[in-house]
Amino acid sequence: MKNVIQVPANISRRRFIQGTTASLMIGAYLPMLAKNVMASSATASLEANAFVKIAPDSSVTVLIKHIEFGQGAFTGLASLVADELDAAWSQMKAAHAPANVALYKNVMFGVQGTGGSTGLANSYLTMRQAGASAKALLVAAAAQLWQVDAADIQVKQGLVFHPSSGKQAQFGELTAIAAGLSLPVQAPKLKSPEQFIYIGKDLPKLDTVDKTQGKAQYTQDIHLPNMLTAVVAHPPLFGAKLKSFDDTQTRKIKGVVEVKQLNNGVAVYAKNTYTAIKGRNVLKIDWDNSQAEQRSSAELLAFFKQTNQQPGLVVTRKGDAEAVLSKTSNKIDVEMTFPYLAHAPMEPLDAVMQIVDGKVTCWFGSQIPTLDQGAIAQVFGVAAENVDIQTQLAGGSFGRRVTQDAAFAVEAAQVTKAIGQPIPIKTVWTREDDIQGGYYRPMAVHTISTAVDGQGELTAWQHRIAVQSILKGSPFEGMMQNGIDPSSVEGVSDLRYSVPNLSVDVHNMQVGVPVLWWRSVGHTHTAYAVETMIDVLLERTERDPIAGRIALLNDKNREIGVLQAVSALVEQAGPVPEGRARGVAVVQSFGSFVAQIAEVSKNAQGLPHVHRVWCAVDCGLAVNPNVVRAQMEGGIGFGLDAILHGELSLAAGGQVEQSNFHNYNVLRINEMPQIDVVIVPSDAPPTGVGEPGTPPIGPAVANAWRRLTGQFVTTLPFSKGVKLA
Amino acid sequence: MSIKLQVNGQVKTVDVEADTPLLWVLRDELMLTGSKFGCGMAQCGACTVHINGIAQRSCVLPVSAAENMQITTIEGVAGKEAQAIQQAWQALDVPQCGYCQSGQVMSAVSLLKTTPKPSDADIDQAMAGNVCRCATYARIRQAIHQAADTMEA
Repeated sequence: MKNVIQVPANISRRRFIQGTTASLMIGAYLPMLAKNVMASSATASLEANAFVKIAPDSSVTVLIKHIEFGQGAFTGLASLVADELDAAWSQMKAAHAPANVALYKNVMFGVQGTGGSTGLANSYLTMRQAGASAKALLVAAAAQLWQVDAADIQVKQGLVFHPSSGKQAQFGELTAIAAGLSLPVQAPKLKSPEQFIYIGKDLPKLDTVDKTQGKAQYTQDIHLPNMLTAVVAHPPLFGAKLKSFDDTQTRKIKGVVEVKQLNNGVAVYAKNTYTAIKGRNVLKIDWDNSQAEQRSSAELLAFFKQTNQQPGLVVTRKGDAEAVLSKTSNKIDVEMTFPYLAHAPMEPLDAVMQIVDGKVTCWFGSQIPTLDQGAIAQVFGVAAENVDIQTQLAGGSFGRRVTQDAAFAVEAAQVTKAIGQPIPIKTVWTREDDIQGGYYRPMAVHTISTAVDGQGELTAWQHRIAVQSILKGSPFEGMMQNGIDPSSVEGVSDLRYSVPNLSVDVHNMQVGVPVLWWRSVGHTHTAYAVETMIDVLLERTERDPIAGRIALLNDKNREIGVLQAVSALVEQAGPVPEGRARGVAVVQSFGSFVAQIAEVSKNAQGLPHVHRVWCAVDCGLAVNPNVVRAQMEGGIGFGLDAILHGELSLAAGGQVEQSNFHNYNVLRINEMPQIDVVIVPSDAPPTGVGEPGTPPIGPAVANAWRRLTGQFVTTLPFSKGVKLA
Repeated sequence: MSIKLQVNGQVKTVDVEADTPLLWVLRDELMLTGSKFGCGMAQCGACTVHINGIAQRSCVLPVSAAENMQITTIEGVAGKEAQAIQQAWQALDVPQCGYCQSGQVMSAVSLLKTTPKPSDADIDQAMAGNVCRCATYARIRQAIHQAADTMEA
């Protein structure tokens, strides 16, 4: 990504040195200090580095450069610091780092941001180094205070002590001295794995207590003096343009303060949220639909299917699949269709912004602060360094809070700018705005032909995908290679199963519906296509679904490892109960490997009921197994939701047919299976877990369903694709 | 209009339109932001509060209808069921993003008040109105059973 995103210029070291006043700047390693930390720091606090702040009360606050939206970034990154710092877990706290690309960039992106399940992986060394450097400072301070050799000082569970003299101190007793010290130029040595005290162990999450008591604060909860709340009337069709509007009725509502036209919408400002929504309901707006996308989902699907009859852009060519397929009758042809999907995070999009004297302050769940910062600066016509983003806890994202064009940040900035006053404006979306607001998981059609020879060996695999590109036309277009968006074809272009003749094509479909990354991105459809196809092939050739996969995976040891682990796990559960069947799938995504087995029966409506799921994950070193298991559970639920009934559709004329949870069906507790997770031990560097739990569940359920009923579901979701008897 | 409410054991007077849903009075007037907005049509349960001890969706309840009722929000929920539920929630690290969890906790507390030893089917029935997009449902179920066990012990 670093080649394509414009990093706001002039985020200089100088900016952070200014305003640091009396506080200290320590450390050869990452010496810069975050502005908001400085502002809030007590005089005797230790700002050990950009990531670690130790208060006189001995509490350790870790500045988290990734947004916390449920994936466990606060806990995971804080545990890395706590381990090297030898702190007690009870003294650890976490807070979001401010927008500052120089200090807080995602080393895998080159900008500050969260996504692609990179949070833990790209922080693993950085956060440990931050903890180790803070510990070195505390030890140096104790050595000075006690006049002893630093080498004789030990730190354990938040206590700094000198064994031979019996001297000891809490962290908070040393911060004032430590604040005046400099670190040696050489970075402190990190622990070896056998010295870890937290890494690799279950730790309670730092944000659980607040989230259980209603105390966690989200953007939606912010109330500032003189703040107005705004909602925006959006175009009813994708691509419609605002012609004119009449706000007479709106302005008559008590509590409505102002109505303003935006670039392509109308903002209603009111004293509170409900009044703003009421005011929007009675706006009369004329839209110009002439340039809007007016095709229905059915029309789009037909167009996608037709397009897939022709070759597309060449993604992968190995051998000559076409020739093999043309010469055999021993082949399987399948067409699979996948609908648009909304993310529907529980907290709809929202932001609070305020501009005072050319300085903009923003409070919201910013997933790529660097991108948002630049976009907001552009709306207000200020330099990016004059845009301060205070990232808030977000009520879920699943990809929704990172749009290629920072669309929501831009909208909130336009709303805040249009009122023309230096007051805070909270811009909120309702659920209807969210469901109908676009940026969906793209619709896709896969057309697949596979062939086996007389011995049942897989000989050819031809695969065409018609899908909208997420990158094309966006600031990220530079990530495309030869016109191919890797996220359209991931999982197929690099097919893990060995096949001598492989041909993969893609058609970049042009549709006026904005599309976006959605938890596990291309794997949401490619894993279903590949893992159901391979299962059909194995069944037809009378091979075991697990042994058969392993045979085709050759030296892919980590896929094989999770298959064997899930197989061992399911054995403990005993034989399949009457009336049920089990199906398996294995998927590598975002550098992690996950195999799942689903146990399925037919419910009273003739649709699948998923009773149990067994899951094996290899994510390298599992820093916090509790969080890894939670992400597997959540990823399974999210994927299950999609395949069972997830569908966002366009009616004739282009109107989105769903609007809220009454007709955009989401997974509820009665549909949630019992889940058993096993983490495959690994000393490989940690990889992500936010997304990799999602891809296997769909095909695992589909494979179980096919083995139970004989029906291969190729139209998703199941609520649509299952043929009811 | 001026409306008198009994929230978390305290009398509060608010000046709002009579049709304003209770949720927005709690959140925007009384600054009790633990109850969340998720859908505005009683489909997700993020706004769940107790009205006279029973779980209700505050996003569709006009504030005028809540007059003279005992309103309890996540900020004020107490008692042995609440304690057992919140402790189990913490022991099992139920929340992920956490946004729906106030509503989940309020629904679960209400369930245990009427059904101290709920079956899986009881849990499905009482909790199916509370959506969690992070899908923490497996831990929610486990935590409710655990809380019930604690109360019994």
